[in-house]
Amino acid sequence: MTVTDPTISDPVMVDEEETRRARARRIERIAKWVLPVVMMGLTLLVWDRIVVWNEIPHYILPGPRLVFATLVEDWAMLFDALLVTLQITLMALAVAVIGGVGLAVLFTQSRWIEMSFYPYAVILQVTPVVSIAPLIFIYVENRMAGLLICAWIVAFFPVLANTTLGLNSADHNLRDLFRIYGATRWQRLRFLQLPSALPYFLGGLRIAGGLSLIGAVVAEYVAGTGGIGSGLAFRILEAGYRLNIPRMFAALFLIAATGVVIFAGLSFLSHMLLRKWHESAMQGST
Amino acid sequence: MAAPAPLGQRSALLDMRHVTKTFNGDVVALHGMSLTVNEGDFISLLGPSGCGKSTALRLIAGLSHPSQGRIEWQGGADDTDLAVVFQEPTLMPWATVAQNVWLPFRLRGKSYEQVKDDVLEALRLVGLENFQRSYPRELSGGMKMRVSIARALVTRPKLILMDEPFAALDEITRHKLNNDLLEMKQKIGCTVIFVTHSVFESVFLSDRIVVMAARPGRVIEELTVDAPYPRDEDFRTSADYAGHCRAASDALHQAMEAA
Repeated sequence: MTVTDPTISDPVMVDEEETRRARARRIERIAKWVLPVVMMGLTLLVWDRIVVWNEIPHYILPGPRLVFATLVEDWAMLFDALLVTLQITLMALAVAVIGGVGLAVLFTQSRWIEMSFYPYAVILQVTPVVSIAPLIFIYVENRMAGLLICAWIVAFFPVLANTTLGLNSADHNLRDLFRIYGATRWQRLRFLQLPSALPYFLGGLRIAGGLSLIGAVVAEYVAGTGGIGSGLAFRILEAGYRLNIPRMFAALFLIAATGVVIFAGLSFLSHMLLRKWHESAMQGST
Repeated sequence: MAAPAPLGQRSALLDMRHVTKTFNGDVVALHGMSLTVNEGDFISLLGPSGCGKSTALRLIAGLSHPSQGRIEWQGGADDTDLAVVFQEPTLMPWATVAQNVWLPFRLRGKSYEQVKDDVLEALRLVGLENFQRSYPRELSGGMKMRVSIARALVTRPKLILMDEPFAALDEITRHKLNNDLLEMKQKIGCTVIFVTHSVFESVFLSDRIVVMAARPGRVIEELTVDAPYPRDEDFRTSADYAGHCRAASDALHQAMEAA
């Protein structure tokens, strides 16, 4: 700065607008954590009061305290069920990633393969899994494999669609540059297309994480009591037959919590992988 | 490396003979262009949009092929001896500055350790030796362009093709980069073909200006700027410079009217 204006260097003269903006930022940072927690607490309180004041029987709507007590009491059984559901979910997600990325790479290597097989990917995606699942359980002997197939069908499409889009969205000048330097097909894939596709893939992965849980739960419902019968969805069905509503709520809570954890984990992964270079991961704390 | 031989005494590097490029069967992007590029030349292709200057560059780079005519490399050179700088910096955002500059070597199977010295030398040439570990997003537009130039220089190519590389930069940065570009060319002694639509830029940088017209894209006139290198800010304000600018401007005017 070349102009020496005494009012600028004077520490008492602070830009009012700037101070206001700084204060707003500080408040927002705190509110981002405090507000959801307060709202959650309020919701639980209102829920509890409604149940108590209206004397609603627990087989219609249990209060939050009873749900929590059930969660603790039935923890051993529910946790085993959670592990089964989680296992299917994570396996389905892994297969969705391998299958989705693999197919996407195959599609970008050959237009012919893409034209031939893309319709099948779309058909699998748009047909509700609930309607295919019974067939799958007829043809697939192994229950575990059946569950896995169902969850995979639901989860793989966002990975495939996003990765394909990403692989094709590499900067065209960079493509030209790779051609000029005589890059092989493999080099182009490895050094240009895969890195270009990473942000798209991670976007698809976050969606697929939630969908594989949904797929696993839906498949368990369809497999029903005759199945391996120890996943969380089966516990919910079973508790429903026995009018054990608190346990239904406890299992439901576990499923929701699992979904949140999966989403948060994948968001964190995405942030760590992109934070150095991609716009989406650069805005501060998220 | 020493200054290039005087114009007229340089050996040929590349020959374009009656090169025509037609798109979709009827759009003539370039018509009968003949040009001999000599070692050490700084050639500007100057003309309005649609005059085929970028098409000519793509043909030389081997990114597309002439519909008619031939492009021949002379004296044992071939298309592995060239590098391209685009209008955009065209860097890989996921890679550091050093990794970006390493790319041409990497694609030829050289490990970073093998070529580390070349990479650092290229970064030193463009004045970014302290930014090896930065990511492109942390750099200004002018600095990104410098990285792009370093990537082109790193293999010490015989020919560098530049497609309006400074068009998107502000005037001050552009002047600075023009000065530095001449200095770098002087140091590594390469040949440059530079596409621009700025009369001033073409006169300041080049010793040969090829003026082109549009519809169909073709060469109208070739001018020679015989002012000696190194050129600096004094040249920019000299009468000689002004005279060449007027000549180039007139030729460009003709080119516009001919279209």
